Amino acid sequence: MKEWTFIAILLIVSAMLPTVPIMGGRLLGPRKPNEQKSSTYECGVETVGDTWVQFKVQYYIFALVFLVFDIELVFLYPWAVAYNRLPLFGVIAGVVFIITLAEALIYAWRKGALEWL
Amino acid sequence: MTITPVTIAFAVLAIFTLGGGLGVVSSRNMVHAALYLVLALFGVAGLYVLLEAPFLAAIQVLVYMGAIAVLITITIMVTRRIMGITESVNRQWPLAAGIAALVAVTLGFVVLGLFNGLLPVADVPPDNIEQLGAAFVSHQAYLLPFEVASVLLLAAMIGAIVVARD
Repeated sequence: MKEWTFIAILLIVSAMLPTVPIMGGRLLGPRKPNEQKSSTYECGVETVGDTWVQFKVQYYIFALVFLVFDIELVFLYPWAVAYNRLPLFGVIAGVVFIITLAEALIYAWRKGALEWL
Repeated sequence: MTITPVTIAFAVLAIFTLGGGLGVVSSRNMVHAALYLVLALFGVAGLYVLLEAPFLAAIQVLVYMGAIAVLITITIMVTRRIMGITESVNRQWPLAAGIAALVAVTLGFVVLGLFNGLLPVADVPPDNIEQLGAAFVSHQAYLLPFEVASVLLLAAMIGAIVVARD
């Protein structure tokens, strides 16, 4: 349990890092809004149209590809943890797993699924 | 009941989980609901840590908070006009509330029943993730399911690309 204490401290500190300046600015700073100040800031360019729009469906393919490699990670994580005590056979078995999924990446690449249309 | 750091951590994580769940069903904006879902899933990941199941906690963070949350957010983003929905209830809410209450009562009875005959479980070995990893690639254990899983993921990815590109 002891090592988790450090993660808990890290979580608390990382939650405070953004909230303390934001709340401090809100509590201490003077507030004199006008139309220019409260307009939406988007890299200095005037915002065109509504920001709540439907996005291109191509984002979805990226999400699906990410999902597959994320599941691959679940299998490879214990394998990588056990790496030092594995026999050569076990290392090769893990490499075969990676190569099989590399085929999926090659397929996506060659089919142009990673190209931005 | 004495108050230990673990009890405090449990209380905080339970507040995150239940508060996030409440936010999911009560927020009027779908994107906010998705973000509340991530908070609830984070609480569950912390509860796994308290149960001394670090591998499940890692999977919870990687798969549920990572992949499933991304998938839900992107599904909302690419769906037409769903971004503009500002109502949090539709006509089917009494049915959903009834089913949720039924599930809660059933789970409550099961949990209360378990507490009567609760037995101490065996200690989790500290190298349990390492043992799992070794078992994945050992021909005496899970080598075949492990390699079949990679083929399954390959098929899932090719299928997803074929369906999404048509």
